[in-house]
Amino acid sequence: MTTLLDIAGLTAHYGDFQALFGVDLTLAEGETVAIIGANGAGKTTLMRAITGVAKVTAGSVMLAGEDITRLPAPDIMTRGIAMVPEGRRLFPSLSVEENLLIGAHARRGNGYWTLERVQTLFPILKERRHNPGTALSGGQQQMVAIGRALMSNPSVLLCDELSLGLAPVIIKEIYAAFPQIKASGTSIIVVEQDIGQALRVADHVHCMMEGRITLSGRPADLSRDAIHDAYFGVSHA
Amino acid sequence: MMLIDTLAQGLLLGGLYALFAAGLSLVFGIMRLVNLAHGDLIILGAYLILTITTATGLNPFLAVLLAAPVMFGLGWFLQTHLLNRVLGADILPPLLVTFGLSVVIQNALLSGFSADSQKLAAGTIEAQSVDLGIVTLGVMPLLTFASAVAVVFALNQVFYRTALGRAFRATSDDQTTAQLMGIRPQNIFAIATGIALVVATIAALYLGTRANFDPSIGPARLLYAFEAVIIGGLGSLWGTLAGGIVIGMAQALGASINPEWQILSGHIAFVIVLLIRPRGLFPRAND
Repeated sequence: MTTLLDIAGLTAHYGDFQALFGVDLTLAEGETVAIIGANGAGKTTLMRAITGVAKVTAGSVMLAGEDITRLPAPDIMTRGIAMVPEGRRLFPSLSVEENLLIGAHARRGNGYWTLERVQTLFPILKERRHNPGTALSGGQQQMVAIGRALMSNPSVLLCDELSLGLAPVIIKEIYAAFPQIKASGTSIIVVEQDIGQALRVADHVHCMMEGRITLSGRPADLSRDAIHDAYFGVSHA
Repeated sequence: MMLIDTLAQGLLLGGLYALFAAGLSLVFGIMRLVNLAHGDLIILGAYLILTITTATGLNPFLAVLLAAPVMFGLGWFLQTHLLNRVLGADILPPLLVTFGLSVVIQNALLSGFSADSQKLAAGTIEAQSVDLGIVTLGVMPLLTFASAVAVVFALNQVFYRTALGRAFRATSDDQTTAQLMGIRPQNIFAIATGIALVVATIAALYLGTRANFDPSIGPARLLYAFEAVIIGGLGSLWGTLAGGIVIGMAQALGASINPEWQILSGHIAFVIVLLIRPRGLFPRAND
Protein backbone atom coordinates (compact mmCIF):
# COMPACT_ATOMS: atom_id res chain seq x y z
CA MET A 1 0.00 0.00 0.00
CA THR A 2 1.27 3.46 -0.83
CA THR A 3 1.58 6.05 1.91
CA LEU A 4 -1.01 8.80 1.56
CA LEU A 5 -0.35 10.88 4.66
CA ASP A 6 3.09 11.02 6.22
CA ILE A 7 3.47 12.92 9.48
CA ALA A 8 6.97 13.28 10.91
CA GLY A 9 8.10 14.89 14.16
CA LEU A 10 4.96 17.01 14.41
CA THR A 11 5.12 19.53 17.26
CA ALA A 12 2.46 22.06 18.21
CA HIS A 13 1.89 24.59 20.98
CA TYR A 14 -1.10 26.30 22.53
CA GLY A 15 0.51 29.55 23.58
CA ASP A 16 3.34 28.48 25.89
CA PHE A 17 1.89 25.04 26.42
CA GLN A 18 3.39 22.34 24.23
CA ALA A 19 0.58 19.99 23.16
CA LEU A 20 2.42 17.74 20.69
CA PHE A 21 5.96 16.35 21.04
CA GLY A 22 7.28 15.07 17.72
CA VAL A 23 4.44 12.83 16.61
CA ASP A 24 5.12 10.37 13.76
CA LEU A 25 2.19 8.82 11.95
CA THR A 26 1.50 7.36 8.54
CA LEU A 27 -1.74 6.58 6.78
CA ALA A 28 -1.71 4.29 3.77
CA GLU A 29 -4.22 4.50 0.94
CA GLY A 30 -7.45 2.76 1.87
CA GLU A 31 -6.38 2.33 5.47
CA THR A 32 -8.25 3.24 8.65
CA VAL A 33 -6.13 4.40 11.55
CA ALA A 34 -7.44 4.96 15.07
CA ILE A 35 -5.89 7.28 17.63
CA ILE A 36 -6.94 6.61 21.18
CA GLY A 37 -6.08 8.31 24.41
CA ALA A 38 -7.51 10.05 27.42
CA ASN A 39 -8.65 13.68 27.57
CA GLY A 40 -5.75 16.07 27.03
CA ALA A 41 -3.54 13.48 25.33
CA GLY A 42 -3.19 15.75 22.29
CA LYS A 43 -5.47 13.85 19.89
CA THR A 44 -7.58 16.83 18.93
CA THR A 45 -4.51 19.06 18.66
CA LEU A 46 -3.02 16.52 16.26
CA MET A 47 -6.17 16.73 14.09
CA ARG A 48 -6.10 20.51 14.25
CA ALA A 49 -2.42 20.60 13.33
CA ILE A 50 -2.96 18.33 10.32
CA THR A 51 -5.85 20.47 9.04
CA GLY A 52 -4.00 23.75 9.54
CA VAL A 53 -6.25 25.07 12.31
CA ALA A 54 -3.57 24.72 15.02
CA LYS A 55 -0.13 26.18 14.42
CA VAL A 56 2.64 23.67 13.75
CA THR A 57 5.91 24.63 15.45
CA ALA A 58 8.09 21.80 14.09
CA GLY A 59 7.88 18.70 11.95
CA SER A 60 6.09 18.06 8.68
CA VAL A 61 2.88 16.79 7.14
CA MET A 62 3.13 15.30 3.65
CA LEU A 63 0.02 14.48 1.64
CA ALA A 64 0.68 12.21 -1.35
CA GLY A 65 4.25 13.49 -1.48
CA GLU A 66 3.36 17.19 -1.19
CA ASP A 67 4.44 19.18 1.85
CA ILE A 68 1.28 20.73 3.29
CA THR A 69 2.74 21.77 6.66
CA ARG A 70 1.68 25.31 7.63
CA LEU A 71 -0.58 25.81 4.63
CA PRO A 72 -3.73 27.79 5.54
CA ALA A 73 -6.64 25.54 6.54
CA PRO A 74 -8.69 26.16 3.36
CA ASP A 75 -5.70 25.16 1.19
CA ILE A 76 -5.22 21.92 3.09
CA MET A 77 -8.92 21.18 2.77
CA THR A 78 -8.94 21.73 -0.98
CA ARG A 79 -6.02 19.30 -1.29
CA GLY A 80 -8.25 16.55 0.02
CA ILE A 81 -8.26 16.42 3.82
CA ALA A 82 -11.72 16.84 5.33
CA MET A 83 -12.47 16.91 9.03
CA VAL A 84 -15.44 16.00 11.18
CA PRO A 85 -14.62 18.31 14.08
CA GLU A 86 -15.08 17.49 17.72
CA GLY A 87 -18.53 18.62 18.85
CA ARG A 88 -19.80 18.44 15.23
CA ARG A 89 -19.74 22.23 14.75
CA LEU A 90 -22.72 22.39 12.40
CA PHE A 91 -23.59 25.85 11.09
CA PRO A 92 -26.69 26.96 13.04
CA SER A 93 -27.89 29.35 10.31
CA LEU A 94 -27.88 26.59 7.70
CA SER A 95 -30.45 23.85 7.15
CA VAL A 96 -29.40 20.20 7.16
CA GLU A 97 -29.17 20.20 3.38
CA GLU A 98 -27.25 23.49 3.30
CA ASN A 99 -24.81 22.12 5.86
CA LEU A 100 -24.16 19.24 3.48
CA LEU A 101 -23.89 21.52 0.45
CA ILE A 102 -21.39 23.82 2.14
CA GLY A 103 -19.13 20.78 2.48
CA ALA A 104 -18.89 20.81 -1.31
CA HIS A 105 -17.90 24.50 -1.37
CA ALA A 106 -14.33 23.64 -2.41
CA ARG A 107 -15.13 20.35 -4.09
CA ARG A 108 -12.56 19.14 -6.58
CA GLY A 109 -13.79 17.46 -9.75
CA ASN A 110 -16.30 14.65 -9.71
CA GLY A 111 -16.04 12.15 -6.92
CA TYR A 112 -18.19 9.41 -5.53
CA TRP A 113 -20.03 11.50 -2.95
CA THR A 114 -23.00 13.59 -3.98
CA LEU A 115 -25.92 14.97 -2.01
CA GLU A 116 -28.02 11.98 -3.09
CA ARG A 117 -25.39 9.44 -2.02
CA VAL A 118 -24.89 11.08 1.38
CA GLN A 119 -28.66 11.11 1.85
CA THR A 120 -28.77 7.43 0.93
CA LEU A 121 -25.99 6.68 3.40
CA PHE A 122 -27.93 8.46 6.17
CA PRO A 123 -31.61 8.50 5.05
CA ILE A 124 -32.68 10.65 8.02
CA LEU A 125 -30.74 13.55 6.48
CA LYS A 126 -33.06 13.53 3.49
CA GLU A 127 -36.17 13.35 5.65
CA ARG A 128 -35.04 16.30 7.76
CA ARG A 129 -33.25 18.26 5.06
CA HIS A 130 -35.16 21.51 5.65
CA ASN A 131 -34.66 21.54 9.43
CA PRO A 132 -31.95 23.73 10.91
CA GLY A 133 -28.86 21.56 11.38
CA THR A 134 -28.80 22.23 15.09
CA ALA A 135 -32.44 21.14 15.59
CA LEU A 136 -31.42 17.49 15.15
CA SER A 137 -30.45 14.98 17.83
CA GLY A 138 -26.76 14.53 18.63
CA GLY A 139 -26.46 11.37 16.56
CA GLN A 140 -28.21 12.91 13.58
CA GLN A 141 -25.99 15.99 13.86
CA GLN A 142 -22.97 13.69 13.77
CA MET A 143 -24.32 12.17 10.55
CA VAL A 144 -24.65 15.67 9.07
CA ALA A 145 -21.06 16.45 10.09
CA ILE A 146 -19.78 13.25 8.46
CA GLY A 147 -21.88 13.84 5.34
CA ARG A 148 -20.65 17.45 5.17
CA ALA A 149 -17.04 16.26 5.23
CA LEU A 150 -17.71 13.60 2.57
CA MET A 151 -19.28 16.14 0.21
CA SER A 152 -15.80 17.43 -0.68
CA ASN A 153 -14.78 13.93 -1.77
CA PRO A 154 -11.74 13.86 0.48
CA SER A 155 -8.87 11.45 0.09
CA VAL A 156 -8.40 11.61 3.87
CA LEU A 157 -11.28 11.86 6.35
CA LEU A 158 -10.44 12.89 9.91
CA CYS A 159 -13.08 12.05 12.51
CA ASP A 160 -12.61 13.65 15.90
CA GLU A 161 -14.50 11.97 18.77
CA LEU A 162 -17.45 10.67 16.79
CA SER A 163 -18.89 8.81 19.75
CA LEU A 164 -18.64 11.63 22.28
CA GLY A 165 -21.92 12.03 24.16
CA LEU A 166 -23.82 9.53 22.02
CA ALA A 167 -25.71 6.39 23.05
CA PRO A 168 -24.04 3.07 22.13
CA VAL A 169 -26.79 2.14 19.68
CA ILE A 170 -26.30 5.45 17.83
CA ILE A 171 -22.53 5.02 17.79
CA LYS A 172 -23.01 1.62 16.19
CA GLU A 173 -25.30 3.11 13.56
CA ILE A 174 -22.74 5.78 12.70
CA TYR A 175 -19.83 3.37 12.45
CA ALA A 176 -21.98 1.12 10.23
CA ALA A 177 -21.39 3.73 7.51
CA PHE A 178 -17.62 3.22 7.58
CA PRO A 179 -17.38 0.27 5.16
CA GLN A 180 -19.12 2.34 2.48
CA ILE A 181 -16.88 5.34 3.17
CA LYS A 182 -13.81 3.13 2.84
CA ALA A 183 -15.21 1.57 -0.32
CA SER A 184 -15.50 5.06 -1.86
CA GLY A 185 -11.71 5.23 -1.70
CA THR A 186 -11.34 7.46 1.33
CA SER A 187 -8.70 6.73 3.96
CA ILE A 188 -9.76 7.47 7.51
CA ILE A 189 -8.24 8.60 10.79
CA VAL A 190 -10.56 8.30 13.77
CA VAL A 191 -9.85 9.81 17.14
CA GLU A 192 -11.67 7.92 19.87
CA GLN A 193 -11.93 7.65 23.60
CA ASP A 194 -14.01 4.51 23.07
CA ILE A 195 -11.23 1.90 22.80
CA GLY A 196 -13.52 -0.97 21.82
CA GLN A 197 -14.97 0.99 18.90
CA ALA A 198 -11.51 2.08 17.77
CA LEU A 199 -10.18 -1.49 17.79
CA ARG A 200 -13.15 -2.72 15.75
CA VAL A 201 -12.80 -0.27 12.84
CA ALA A 202 -9.06 0.32 12.63
CA ASP A 203 -6.30 -1.39 10.66
CA HIS A 204 -3.76 0.38 12.86
CA VAL A 205 -4.11 1.82 16.35
CA HIS A 206 -1.97 4.50 17.97
CA CYS A 207 -2.21 5.31 21.63
CA MET A 208 -1.45 8.90 22.67
CA MET A 209 -0.50 10.26 26.05
CA GLU A 210 0.74 13.72 26.98
CA GLY A 211 1.36 14.74 23.39
CA ARG A 212 3.28 11.61 22.35
CA ILE A 213 2.40 8.33 20.68
CA THR A 214 3.19 5.72 23.30
CA LEU A 215 1.98 2.57 21.59
CA SER A 216 1.27 1.56 17.99
CA GLY A 217 0.24 -1.63 16.28
CA ARG A 218 -2.46 -3.71 14.64
CA PRO A 219 -5.46 -4.30 16.87
CA ALA A 220 -4.85 -8.06 16.84
CA ASP A 221 -1.26 -7.61 18.01
CA LEU A 222 -2.03 -5.34 20.95
CA SER A 223 -2.98 -6.83 24.28
CA ARG A 224 -5.66 -5.19 26.39
CA ASP A 225 -3.08 -4.67 29.14
CA ALA A 226 -0.65 -2.92 26.84
CA ILE A 227 -3.38 -0.59 25.63
CA HIS A 228 -4.51 0.16 29.16
CA ASP A 229 -0.94 0.96 30.17
CA ALA A 230 -0.52 3.30 27.22
CA TYR A 231 -3.93 4.87 27.80
CA PHE A 232 -3.64 5.53 31.51
CA GLY A 233 0.14 5.80 31.73
CA VAL A 234 0.48 3.18 34.45
CA SER A 235 2.62 0.09 34.22
CA HIS A 236 1.40 -3.26 35.43
CA ALA A 237 3.27 -4.76 38.31
CA MET B 1 -56.18 62.89 4.62
CA MET B 2 -53.34 64.99 5.91
CA LEU B 3 -52.22 62.16 8.17
CA ILE B 4 -52.32 59.58 5.39
CA ASP B 5 -50.27 61.87 3.20
CA THR B 6 -47.74 62.41 5.97
CA LEU B 7 -47.41 58.69 6.66
CA ALA B 8 -47.05 57.91 2.96
CA GLN B 9 -44.27 60.49 2.61
CA GLY B 10 -42.63 59.05 5.74
CA LEU B 11 -42.87 55.53 4.36
CA LEU B 12 -41.12 56.57 1.16
CA LEU B 13 -38.47 58.53 3.09
CA GLY B 14 -37.90 55.31 5.06
CA GLY B 15 -36.87 53.67 1.80
CA LEU B 16 -33.97 56.11 1.54
CA TYR B 17 -32.86 55.35 5.10
CA ALA B 18 -33.15 51.63 4.41
CA LEU B 19 -30.83 52.10 1.42
CA PHE B 20 -28.34 53.95 3.67
CA ALA B 21 -28.54 51.07 6.13
CA ALA B 22 -28.71 47.91 3.99
CA GLY B 23 -24.98 47.78 3.26
CA LEU B 24 -24.16 48.44 6.90
CA SER B 25 -26.54 45.67 7.96
CA LEU B 26 -25.02 43.20 5.50
CA VAL B 27 -21.46 43.86 6.65
CA PHE B 28 -22.39 43.75 10.31
CA GLY B 29 -24.35 40.53 9.83
CA ILE B 30 -21.47 38.73 8.14
CA MET B 31 -18.36 39.94 9.95
CA ARG B 32 -19.58 41.87 13.02
CA LEU B 33 -17.80 44.91 11.63
CA VAL B 34 -19.24 48.30 12.50
CA ASN B 35 -18.17 50.49 9.61
CA LEU B 36 -18.08 54.09 10.86
CA ALA B 37 -17.10 55.26 7.38
CA HIS B 38 -20.26 53.90 5.74
CA GLY B 39 -21.93 57.33 5.57
CA ASP B 40 -18.83 58.90 4.05
CA LEU B 41 -18.56 56.06 1.54
CA ILE B 42 -22.13 56.87 0.44
CA ILE B 43 -21.08 60.52 -0.06
CA LEU B 44 -17.99 59.32 -1.93
CA GLY B 45 -20.34 57.33 -4.17
CA ALA B 46 -22.39 60.47 -4.80
CA TYR B 47 -19.27 62.38 -5.86
CA LEU B 48 -18.24 59.48 -8.09
CA ILE B 49 -21.64 59.58 -9.84
CA LEU B 50 -21.32 63.38 -10.10
CA THR B 51 -17.88 63.06 -11.67
CA ILE B 52 -19.15 60.55 -14.21
CA THR B 53 -22.20 62.65 -15.14
CA THR B 54 -20.03 65.76 -15.48
CA ALA B 55 -17.43 64.01 -17.62
CA THR B 56 -19.81 62.08 -19.89
CA GLY B 57 -23.08 63.95 -19.73
CA LEU B 58 -24.83 60.71 -18.75
CA ASN B 59 -28.00 60.71 -16.67
CA PRO B 60 -27.23 59.78 -13.02
CA PHE B 61 -29.38 56.65 -13.42
CA LEU B 62 -26.98 55.45 -16.11
CA ALA B 63 -23.86 56.79 -14.39
CA VAL B 64 -24.64 54.62 -11.38
CA LEU B 65 -24.12 51.57 -13.59
CA LEU B 66 -20.53 52.71 -14.15
CA ALA B 67 -20.00 53.79 -10.56
CA ALA B 68 -21.24 50.55 -8.99
CA PRO B 69 -18.42 48.29 -10.26
CA VAL B 70 -15.84 50.90 -9.23
CA MET B 71 -17.33 51.02 -5.73
CA PHE B 72 -17.39 47.20 -5.58
CA GLY B 73 -13.68 47.22 -6.39
CA LEU B 74 -13.06 49.89 -3.76
CA GLY B 75 -14.92 47.83 -1.15
CA TRP B 76 -12.99 44.71 -2.07
CA PHE B 77 -9.70 46.63 -1.89
CA LEU B 78 -10.51 48.31 1.45
CA GLN B 79 -11.51 45.02 3.04
CA THR B 80 -8.55 43.06 1.70
CA HIS B 81 -5.82 45.59 2.43
CA LEU B 82 -7.16 47.46 5.44
CA LEU B 83 -10.13 46.04 7.33
CA ASN B 84 -9.17 42.33 7.24
CA ARG B 85 -5.97 43.26 9.03
CA VAL B 86 -7.79 44.67 12.04
CA LEU B 87 -10.73 42.26 12.32
CA GLY B 88 -10.42 39.98 15.31
CA ALA B 89 -11.67 39.24 18.79
CA ASP B 90 -11.15 42.87 19.81
CA ILE B 91 -13.85 45.19 18.41
CA LEU B 92 -11.92 48.42 19.06
CA PRO B 93 -9.32 48.33 16.23
CA PRO B 94 -11.89 48.13 13.39
CA LEU B 95 -13.85 50.98 15.00
CA LEU B 96 -10.74 53.16 15.15
CA VAL B 97 -9.69 52.30 11.61
CA THR B 98 -13.11 53.00 10.10
CA PHE B 99 -13.33 56.23 12.11
CA GLY B 100 -9.98 57.24 10.64
CA LEU B 101 -11.18 56.24 7.19
CA SER B 102 -14.21 58.47 7.68
CA VAL B 103 -11.97 61.47 8.42
CA VAL B 104 -9.72 60.65 5.46
CA ILE B 105 -12.64 60.41 3.02
CA GLN B 106 -14.21 63.66 4.24
CA ASN B 107 -10.97 65.57 3.88
CA ALA B 108 -10.09 64.03 0.54
CA LEU B 109 -13.52 65.02 -0.80
CA LEU B 110 -13.10 68.49 0.67
CA SER B 111 -9.78 69.07 -1.06
CA GLY B 112 -10.97 67.44 -4.29
CA PHE B 113 -14.44 68.97 -4.61
CA SER B 114 -14.45 71.90 -2.12
CA ALA B 115 -17.14 72.46 0.51
CA ASP B 116 -19.69 73.68 -2.06
CA SER B 117 -23.02 71.88 -2.09
CA GLN B 118 -23.57 69.65 -5.08
CA LYS B 119 -26.59 67.95 -6.56
CA LEU B 120 -27.15 65.22 -9.11
CA ALA B 121 -29.48 66.39 -11.86
CA ALA B 122 -31.85 63.62 -12.91
CA GLY B 123 -33.89 65.76 -15.28
CA THR B 124 -37.65 66.24 -15.44
CA ILE B 125 -38.34 63.06 -13.46
CA GLU B 126 -37.45 64.99 -10.29
CA ALA B 127 -40.62 67.10 -10.50
CA GLN B 128 -43.01 64.37 -11.63
CA SER B 129 -45.63 62.88 -9.37
CA VAL B 130 -48.33 60.24 -9.42
CA ASP B 131 -51.88 61.01 -8.27
CA LEU B 132 -53.20 57.99 -6.38
CA GLY B 133 -56.51 59.60 -5.44
CA ILE B 134 -55.96 59.75 -1.69
CA VAL B 135 -52.39 60.96 -1.91
CA THR B 136 -50.09 62.34 -4.52
CA LEU B 137 -46.59 60.89 -4.42
CA GLY B 138 -43.41 62.05 -6.12
CA VAL B 139 -41.92 59.73 -8.72
CA MET B 140 -38.44 60.02 -7.17
CA PRO B 141 -39.56 59.05 -3.64
CA LEU B 142 -41.52 56.15 -5.14
CA LEU B 143 -38.47 55.02 -7.10
CA THR B 144 -36.35 55.33 -3.97
CA PHE B 145 -38.70 53.13 -1.99
CA ALA B 146 -39.05 50.60 -4.80
CA SER B 147 -35.27 50.43 -5.06
CA ALA B 148 -34.95 49.85 -1.31
CA VAL B 149 -37.42 46.96 -1.47
CA ALA B 150 -35.66 45.58 -4.54
CA VAL B 151 -32.22 45.85 -2.89
CA VAL B 152 -33.37 44.14 0.31
CA PHE B 153 -35.14 41.44 -1.72
CA ALA B 154 -32.06 40.87 -3.90
CA LEU B 155 -29.70 40.74 -0.91
CA ASN B 156 -32.01 38.23 0.77
CA GLN B 157 -32.07 36.08 -2.34
CA VAL B 158 -28.28 36.09 -2.45
CA PHE B 159 -28.10 35.39 1.28
CA TYR B 160 -30.58 32.50 1.39
CA ARG B 161 -30.63 31.04 -2.13
CA THR B 162 -27.06 31.02 -3.44
CA ALA B 163 -23.80 29.22 -2.71
CA LEU B 164 -22.22 32.61 -1.94
CA GLY B 165 -24.97 33.31 0.60
CA ARG B 166 -24.38 29.93 2.21
CA ALA B 167 -20.72 30.80 2.55
CA PHE B 168 -21.69 34.20 4.01
CA ARG B 169 -23.87 32.57 6.66
CA ALA B 170 -21.42 29.78 7.45
CA THR B 171 -18.56 32.27 7.86
CA SER B 172 -20.75 34.44 10.07
CA ASP B 173 -21.63 31.40 12.23
CA ASP B 174 -18.17 29.95 12.72
CA GLN B 175 -15.05 31.13 10.91
CA THR B 176 -12.81 28.25 11.97
CA THR B 177 -15.21 25.54 10.82
CA ALA B 178 -15.89 27.50 7.63
CA GLN B 179 -12.18 27.26 6.84
CA LEU B 180 -12.43 23.48 7.26
CA MET B 181 -14.97 23.63 4.41
CA GLY B 182 -12.37 25.30 2.20
CA ILE B 183 -13.93 28.74 2.64
CA ARG B 184 -11.51 31.69 2.85
CA PRO B 185 -13.18 34.13 5.28
CA GLN B 186 -11.04 37.04 4.07
CA ASN B 187 -12.32 36.61 0.51
CA ILE B 188 -15.89 36.27 1.76
CA PHE B 189 -15.51 39.52 3.72
CA ALA B 190 -14.02 41.32 0.70
CA ILE B 191 -16.97 40.28 -1.47
CA ALA B 192 -19.43 41.33 1.26
CA THR B 193 -17.90 44.80 1.58
CA GLY B 194 -17.87 45.09 -2.22
CA ILE B 195 -21.59 44.34 -2.32
CA ALA B 196 -22.21 46.77 0.58
CA LEU B 197 -20.57 49.56 -1.42
CA VAL B 198 -22.65 48.73 -4.48
CA VAL B 199 -25.71 49.24 -2.27
CA ALA B 200 -24.11 52.43 -0.95
CA THR B 201 -23.80 53.64 -4.56
CA ILE B 202 -27.52 53.08 -5.11
CA ALA B 203 -28.17 55.00 -1.88
CA ALA B 204 -25.88 57.76 -3.16
CA LEU B 205 -27.89 58.06 -6.38
CA TYR B 206 -31.10 58.84 -4.48
CA LEU B 207 -29.35 60.93 -1.84
CA GLY B 208 -27.77 63.09 -4.51
CA THR B 209 -30.82 63.48 -6.74
CA ARG B 210 -33.12 64.22 -3.82
CA ALA B 211 -31.13 66.87 -1.96
CA ASN B 212 -27.88 68.74 -1.88
CA PHE B 213 -24.79 67.07 -0.53
CA ASP B 214 -21.32 68.20 0.52
CA PRO B 215 -18.31 66.33 1.95
CA SER B 216 -19.36 66.78 5.59
CA ILE B 217 -22.81 65.15 5.67
CA GLY B 218 -21.74 61.49 5.81
CA PRO B 219 -21.78 61.00 9.59
CA ALA B 220 -25.42 62.17 9.85
CA ARG B 221 -26.45 59.60 7.19
CA LEU B 222 -24.52 57.00 9.20
CA LEU B 223 -26.55 57.82 12.29
CA TYR B 224 -29.88 57.20 10.48
CA ALA B 225 -28.45 54.01 9.04
CA PHE B 226 -27.38 52.79 12.48
CA GLU B 227 -30.78 53.50 13.93
CA ALA B 228 -32.50 51.65 11.08
CA VAL B 229 -30.25 48.61 11.54
CA ILE B 230 -30.74 48.51 15.30
CA ILE B 231 -34.50 49.08 15.19
CA GLY B 232 -34.84 46.26 12.68
CA GLY B 233 -32.71 43.84 14.67
CA LEU B 234 -29.05 43.18 13.98
CA GLY B 235 -28.44 41.03 10.92
CA SER B 236 -32.00 41.07 9.56
CA LEU B 237 -32.24 42.79 6.16
CA TRP B 238 -36.05 43.03 6.09
CA GLY B 239 -35.78 44.33 9.65
CA THR B 240 -33.46 47.04 8.38
CA LEU B 241 -36.09 48.07 5.83
CA ALA B 242 -38.68 48.16 8.61
CA GLY B 243 -36.26 50.20 10.74
CA GLY B 244 -35.79 52.71 7.94
CA ILE B 245 -39.56 53.03 7.59
CA VAL B 246 -40.01 53.57 11.34
CA ILE B 247 -37.51 56.45 11.28
CA GLY B 248 -38.91 57.88 8.06
CA MET B 249 -42.48 57.87 9.37
CA ALA B 250 -41.49 59.31 12.75
CA GLN B 251 -39.61 62.12 11.02
CA ALA B 252 -42.54 62.86 8.72
CA LEU B 253 -44.97 62.90 11.64
CA GLY B 254 -42.68 65.12 13.70
CA ALA B 255 -42.21 67.51 10.81
CA SER B 256 -45.97 67.76 10.23
CA ILE B 257 -46.41 68.97 13.79
CA ASN B 258 -43.45 71.31 13.74
CA PRO B 259 -40.71 71.31 11.08
CA GLU B 260 -38.08 71.69 13.81
CA TRP B 261 -39.06 68.34 15.23
CA GLN B 262 -38.31 66.27 12.14
CA ILE B 263 -34.85 64.97 13.09
CA LEU B 264 -35.63 64.73 16.79
CA SER B 265 -38.76 62.61 16.21
CA GLY B 266 -36.72 60.01 14.34
CA HIS B 267 -34.29 59.71 17.24
CA ILE B 268 -37.15 59.54 19.76
CA ALA B 269 -38.80 56.72 17.79
CA PHE B 270 -35.45 54.91 17.92
CA VAL B 271 -35.26 55.22 21.70
CA ILE B 272 -38.89 54.11 22.15
CA VAL B 273 -38.39 50.99 20.01
CA LEU B 274 -35.25 50.11 21.98
CA LEU B 275 -37.09 50.56 25.28
CA ILE B 276 -39.86 48.18 24.20
CA ARG B 277 -37.75 45.71 22.20
CA PRO B 278 -34.08 46.01 23.15
CA ARG B 279 -33.01 43.52 20.46
CA GLY B 280 -34.94 45.26 17.72
CA LEU B 281 -38.09 44.27 15.85
CA PHE B 282 -36.78 41.19 14.04
CA PRO B 283 -33.71 39.84 15.87
CA ARG B 284 -31.99 36.79 14.41
CA ALA B 285 -32.67 33.69 16.46
CA ASN B 286 -29.07 32.58 16.93
CA ASP B 287 -27.20 35.64 18.11
